Amino acid sequence: MKVLRKASLFFSVLMLLLLTACSGESTGNEGSTTEQTDEKISAKFGVISYLTGAGAAYGEAITQGLKLAQSEINENGEVNIELVIEDSAGEAEQALSASQKLMSDDSTLAIIGPTLSTEFFAVAPEADLNGITIMGTSTTAEGIPEIGDYVFRNAIPEALAIPTAMEKAIERTGAKKVAMIYGNDDVLTQSGFDTMKKTAEEMGLEILTIETFQKGQSDYNAQLTKIKNTNPDLILASALYNEGAVIMDQARKMGIEVPFVGGNGFNSPQVIEIAGDAANGLIVATPWFGESDEQKVVEFNEKYEAAYGKRPDQFAAQAYDALYIYADALKRAGEADRELFHEALAETKDFEGLLGNFSFDEIGDVVMDVKVVEIKDGKFIEFE
Amino acid sequence: MLLEQLINGLTLGSIYAIVALGFTLVFGVLGIINMAHGEIFMVGAFVGVMTTGVLGWPLWLAFIASIVVTGILGYLLERMTLRPLRGKKGVSHLAPLISTIGVSILLENLSHHIFGAGNKPFRTEFAEISIEIGSVSIYIVQIVIFVISIVLMIGLSVWLSKTKAGKALRATAENLETASILGVNTKKIITLTVIIASAMGGIAGILVGMAFNSVSPQMGLAIGLKGLAIIILGGMGNVKGAMVGGLILGLSETFLVAYGDSGYRDAIAFIMIIFILLLRPQGIFGSKIAEGR
Repeated sequence: MKVLRKASLFFSVLMLLLLTACSGESTGNEGSTTEQTDEKISAKFGVISYLTGAGAAYGEAITQGLKLAQSEINENGEVNIELVIEDSAGEAEQALSASQKLMSDDSTLAIIGPTLSTEFFAVAPEADLNGITIMGTSTTAEGIPEIGDYVFRNAIPEALAIPTAMEKAIERTGAKKVAMIYGNDDVLTQSGFDTMKKTAEEMGLEILTIETFQKGQSDYNAQLTKIKNTNPDLILASALYNEGAVIMDQARKMGIEVPFVGGNGFNSPQVIEIAGDAANGLIVATPWFGESDEQKVVEFNEKYEAAYGKRPDQFAAQAYDALYIYADALKRAGEADRELFHEALAETKDFEGLLGNFSFDEIGDVVMDVKVVEIKDGKFIEFE
Repeated sequence: MLLEQLINGLTLGSIYAIVALGFTLVFGVLGIINMAHGEIFMVGAFVGVMTTGVLGWPLWLAFIASIVVTGILGYLLERMTLRPLRGKKGVSHLAPLISTIGVSILLENLSHHIFGAGNKPFRTEFAEISIEIGSVSIYIVQIVIFVISIVLMIGLSVWLSKTKAGKALRATAENLETASILGVNTKKIITLTVIIASAMGGIAGILVGMAFNSVSPQMGLAIGLKGLAIIILGGMGNVKGAMVGGLILGLSETFLVAYGDSGYRDAIAFIMIIFILLLRPQGIFGSKIAEGR
């Protein structure tokens, strides 16, 4: 019995530790609330991110990008930013309750996130109603900025990225017959699929088969065997990288050698990590090209790797830029006021960020150039 | 195409079967559903990834490491979360179920903290070897998975029916107190059962890692639910039922994708449960005696 009691004590302590570990992440910078001290503008931004569950990798990259930007901005000293980070677990309901918690705090100036478009569609109307500015850094589905006046995004929409990638890919490969595969339980991959299908029809491509999968699936052999037997010239895959990389790996093993064209969520150096050589032949359009030799990109890569021990992906880069865009708007607003901040943000034009020249259009959507990249010999290179 | 899909289905089905064997063994003896089994399976897969990928161990050593680690986890599971609740007055029969759910949450989050989110690749040369028959390529791994699942099923059946320990186990399953009076060390038998079941989860984990090259902290949940569906289908606590149920589910999922709509893939397990519960509630191989425990 004594041993037992000790064991259960140990177990309870372990549980407690785990609990504190969970909550430990949720606050970024303690202390300062929304008030002006020594002319320095302080502001509190709420962050809703996908930190636990199947897609926690995205939330991890996003919050790391934000925290890196936060420490740089605060060090710079012009403004002081506090982040309050909430977990959405990839669920619309949880994202909504997290946002309500953030919005009920009067000192929350604006919100960044949530991660998935599915969640964003639940949260953004609420924020818009409350007059709180909200910006998505990874929400690329169609119809996001149309939700309301206070709704913005700095992630390039699929409707811009996918057709660009498809056009370039077809120009070079001369593909006529395509097979499609997409995740049917996520707004982002679903919307990416719709765009792909529309574009394919407009370009007069023959669609051989359309296959679906669900989040967290590990065996894609059945779908891929079917695709293989239709003998496509090109595969259009609307998948997030975590699933997408595994799909490519299993496809290559099966002997499918044709290129893959992916959406925005497919674009990550993690694809190479997970799939290795099988990742060769992935074509995506992206605002973020990590292998670029531009000074600011190289510096960001170094800083990120030093801080988190891995290379940043577009989710981290877009989140990093988002906080700089917020900080820039805050500077121009002159004080931490929700209305002034909103006006200042909407006026963002020709902002020189990590991802390049950035502006918002009238409805709060992205205006910027898109690059098409492909994976070749285990590296992202510019597509020619 | 038929042959390829058949192989896909058998591979998937065999993995389901091995997972279900672990479930069914624990259920057969303890009458509880071990909700942590899926997560023990996940830990087994991660041990495989770490030992082969990071430490560079050969595959057979990785298998042993995985069996040892998951076996130890099984022991801890029994010692810390199941035994304290057994035979105590006032403890609800649902208590052990809840405590295994606790363990599953603990393991999932622990591996999330240690290994990070997202898929980890499982690289072994062994997984690359294939035989070409016409346009069909069969991977050695697929054959190995099938063979291992058959061997485990036969081994388990023989062990249960022929050996002394197996007989003691069945006696314990029949009636814990009577077995104890008759001189069976029930404590030891139960511990052994949980250890064996967990080690089988570990084997399944490493096989999935090799076959599908995707290992993530969340993989336990999905496969755990499938395993649960299979033992309901095959008959709770029945070894043959777990095997047949696993193969049926794997094949029907694969063929649904091949000749139907891939969107309904995950639905098929639950549709099957609805039918089996309506038509034959004890499962395909189940007997009614197993009820009321």
